[in-house]
Amino acid sequence: MGGLTTLSGFEYVAPTDLTAAATALRDAGGRACVLAGGTDILVQLREGMRSADLVIDVKKIPELLQLEYAPDSGLCLGAATPCYQIYTTADVVNAYPALVDATRIIGGWQIQSRASVGGNLCNSSPAADSIPPLLVHQAVCHLAGPEGRRSIPVSDFCTAPGKNSLQPGELLATLTLPPQPANAGSAYQRFIPRNEMDIAVASAASWIELDDSRNAIKSARIALGAVAPTPVLAEEASQFLVGKAPTEENFSEAGVLARQVASPIDDMRGTVEFRVHLAGVLTQRTLALAHQRVQDS
Amino acid sequence: MNTPVPGSQYKVIGTRPIRHDGMDKVTGKAKYGADVKFSKMLYGRVLRSPHAHARIVSIDTSEAESHPGVFAVITTSDMPDLVDKMADLGEGVVNMAHLGDNVLAREKVLYKGQAVAAVAASDVHVAAEAIAKIKVEYEPLPAVTWVLDAMREDAPLLHDNVFTDDMGKKSDKPSNVDKEIHFLKGDAEEGFAAADVVVEREFKTATVHQGYIEPHVATADWNEDGNLTVWTSTQGSFACRAQVAEILQIPISKVKVVPCEIGGGFGGKITVYLQPVAALLSKKSGRPVQLTMQRDEVFEGTGPTPGSFMRVKLGATKEGKLTAGEAWIAFDAGAFPGGPIGPACMCVFSCYDFEHAKVDGYNVVLNKPKTQAYRAPGSTHAALACETVLDELAEKLEIDPLELRLKNAATEGTRRVDGPVYPRIGCVEVLQAAQASDHWNSPLEGPNRGRGVALGFWFNCGLKSSASAHVNPDGTVTLTEGSTDIGGSRASIAMQLAETLGITAEEVHPQVVDTDSVGYTDVTGGSRVTFATGLAAYKVGLDIEGQMTSRAAELWDCSPENVRVESGVYSHNGDSLTFAELAEKLHATGEAVVGRATVAPDGATNGFGAHLVDVEVDPDTGKTTILRYTVIQDAGKAIHPSYVEGQMQGGAVQGIGWALNEEYFFDDQGQMKNASFLDYRIPTFLDVPMIDTIIVEVPNPDHPYGVRGVGETPIVPPPAAIAIAIHNAVGVRMTELPMSPPKLWKAISDQS
Ligand SMILES: Cc1cc2nc3c(=O)[nH]c(=O)nc-3n(C[C@H](O)[C@H](O)[C@H](O)COP(=O)(O)OP(=O)(O)OC[C@H]3O[C@@H](n4cnc5c(N)ncnc54)[C@H](O)[C@@H]3O)c2cc1C
Repeated sequence: MGGLTTLSGFEYVAPTDLTAAATALRDAGGRACVLAGGTDILVQLREGMRSADLVIDVKKIPELLQLEYAPDSGLCLGAATPCYQIYTTADVVNAYPALVDATRIIGGWQIQSRASVGGNLCNSSPAADSIPPLLVHQAVCHLAGPEGRRSIPVSDFCTAPGKNSLQPGELLATLTLPPQPANAGSAYQRFIPRNEMDIAVASAASWIELDDSRNAIKSARIALGAVAPTPVLAEEASQFLVGKAPTEENFSEAGVLARQVASPIDDMRGTVEFRVHLAGVLTQRTLALAHQRVQDS
Repeated sequence: MNTPVPGSQYKVIGTRPIRHDGMDKVTGKAKYGADVKFSKMLYGRVLRSPHAHARIVSIDTSEAESHPGVFAVITTSDMPDLVDKMADLGEGVVNMAHLGDNVLAREKVLYKGQAVAAVAASDVHVAAEAIAKIKVEYEPLPAVTWVLDAMREDAPLLHDNVFTDDMGKKSDKPSNVDKEIHFLKGDAEEGFAAADVVVEREFKTATVHQGYIEPHVATADWNEDGNLTVWTSTQGSFACRAQVAEILQIPISKVKVVPCEIGGGFGGKITVYLQPVAALLSKKSGRPVQLTMQRDEVFEGTGPTPGSFMRVKLGATKEGKLTAGEAWIAFDAGAFPGGPIGPACMCVFSCYDFEHAKVDGYNVVLNKPKTQAYRAPGSTHAALACETVLDELAEKLEIDPLELRLKNAATEGTRRVDGPVYPRIGCVEVLQAAQASDHWNSPLEGPNRGRGVALGFWFNCGLKSSASAHVNPDGTVTLTEGSTDIGGSRASIAMQLAETLGITAEEVHPQVVDTDSVGYTDVTGGSRVTFATGLAAYKVGLDIEGQMTSRAAELWDCSPENVRVESGVYSHNGDSLTFAELAEKLHATGEAVVGRATVAPDGATNGFGAHLVDVEVDPDTGKTTILRYTVIQDAGKAIHPSYVEGQMQGGAVQGIGWALNEEYFFDDQGQMKNASFLDYRIPTFLDVPMIDTIIVEVPNPDHPYGVRGVGETPIVPPPAAIAIAIHNAVGVRMTELPMSPPKLWKAISDQS
């Protein structure tokens, strides 16, 4: 109960070096937490959902603030880069529209100027808006620990609500998104009861690549949010589309198939039945929008 | 903006001057409750029940008391014993034990969030730490949170001293039903027999909160001499004073309540919560103590409006004449008796002229926060039921819904089911204005779109108001009033005084003052302030004008009857002085001019409003978008049209919230799951279009300027209008609030 809770005192450090940050994180033995934009962590500390003796601010580490894009190498995104930088960079807007859709709706302007995609991913909410787009764009997570570095696909990152595969002392350094082929497009949508100020009841990201004639789908990827313990890829629905014409009927069929990976919960935000249904609707709608974007490009 | 309206009989009334409190509010200088600061002030926190229903076995505060930085810890044992004390606090007799228990629980907790203990400490963080050290042992009891469940014989009984009051008769066994209401006009059975078409439906509405942006706050300073001062955000400083004095069992004259600027109340800031607690903490610590609520405490620990179950049946002839109406209404009161079941029963058929009608109402205690007034309490629920059924009748009879309403509209002389006979009212004029509106006459095209119209009613009560004013040498007038300003009432009251005196609105300086500085004034509620406190200001004006006339007569050595006063100019036989010129002479020629008035106007006036709404429904998600919205309302006379429009728009937005998304979610343990503005979804400004307004003016014969209160009526029609619009868009009749996306989608998919 917020009425009873309070932000208790903690130490604050802001290292400029990634290894130093990781070492501090490990040495605190679970009593430290990482601060990027702070838009999740400060709320959680304040409401007593988490507690910490040490807060490690990673926004002074240059590597974590990158935003590098080249058509042939793709995007390298620092884990702490704020959302607004993503949607105000024209090349990124063109290449990764689903991710841009997400960063535009994470909170309002104030939140977007602090909140990072890395923080959104590390917070690992099933409803996090940036994760389905990262999944369909096949992002790779580059992690740094006191002992060294490793990389994992984003599909292996989240493990349960609020849980991920970061090991003690490990930080997310960057995310890389592969370059986009020709004739590809993507889109992300969520359903919320109002037009702002809500957590996704269900969400979907779709990515499609058409052949050169643009009459057939060469490959497709669909990911759903808020309908399972972690955001999930809808493999069968994605496979179904390969070789098919990009039509409303096929998108609708893919929506029906995508619903199979939805295993949501009943809560105040929506019923199981409603969420499963929405997963299908949003799949269909994001496929249509992704297709439209290819056509417009 | 504030040049007189051409052709108007008034110079000030009907213009739009900048409100007197506007500058301070937009620049952030206005002093709200939490801006109150004193040296050595302590900050408090309240410990609240984690259970929806439990017996308190023991409370151990020893560790909290010895926590460093803690100055006082209190529980109910620090409060006077209020058992069996009844008191009339201005709105009927209340059982003080219930009021006291709602402030700090005694033997049982009856809802999650009920206050149990409190701490005052050097800062809020220390207070929060100390709160966590209070050990309360509870014996959990079964909880009930749905009104029909709580009415069952085998339901958990909340109070063993609450008996059913059935129109004055008391039940012999304790019951969760604390009140029954039965109204009868004519013979309903005979009426239904005469009907060609009868429609009957059941409705459910969720518990909804007023959602004021400013959480509750109180600061108390209890002096060694026994004088207690409370600074607080309240709708009624005198009501607050009376409750504090009764709960603490101290003489009312020992309590001074200083009302701060208020960030919304809508009925929810009349009952005291923090004020007596802060007072006791102050008494114990010897220091001023401030208590503020967090948002979850506001949701869980203060009073929302009832959840309800209603059944309404209407009959009409082929020609569209209503023959009979029947309503069965059960409201949840929350944890303690009392609530708006009475007004709901009075309002349900209040817009129409029924020869035969029967209304049965039940008020039921259960394990939710004690409900409180919320803008037109009870009428919004009732309108949802009556207007939706009426719309279905119109559909079946193939009669235009506005025509059907006009055919049956209440007029002067119509007797309501609860007895009163209407004086001159504006129900018909409101419907005619709706019919003539651009909105009603613009076609609505496109799939899944629909238009709805609904009518609503609310009273304005009179109660008591006092005001005084003194004339300054520069020709301005300082007005002192006791009505806390939650909706622009400083401006509308000052304008009535200005009109009376023939000076400008800017030449009146209105002040809302504490309970020691003005005569008794009832709460800002019941749409009464512009009406009743405005009437007091008018009478103050007459008093001042009389004194000014005498002073002019003295100057001119004539009899006061021979002084002519017109538009603020005093003249006699070629001599003439403006109000300001005369004011300047007062000091040198005698005593000051001070006017005073206190009023208790009889009876209630009546406000009717019709709302038009266009919606579009996404049938795949169940989401409703409001495309266009028009509020039409009889204001009697709009003193300051902008603030009348603001009330109409604000009420409509709150009603849209009830209609579409707002609701308390309880789990099976009676725990609220969404006690934050993230998941308790009031509309954001992206969710509502510009709300258009049409002010209708059918003057109220009981007010010198014709004022009817306007604050509450506009929340009444929206849920009904939107339910009807949704029906016209996608063909389903929604009978449960809120009509949130999951529910609407389900209804649409069940239909196809
Ligand atoms: C008003 C408001 C609206 C919001 N709206 C949305 C919304 O619409 N959609 C949505 O998805 N979210 C929303 N959020 C949640 C939040 O803003 C996002 O999840 C945001 O992306 C978090 O990023 P951050 O940089 O602020 O993370 P932080 O709060 O700094 O961190 C989040 C979590 O990740 C960890 N972390 C951060 N960086 C790293 C790293 N480099 N390595 C390891 N761990 C790390 C932190 O320790 C913490 O546990 C909202 C929040 C608020 C307050």
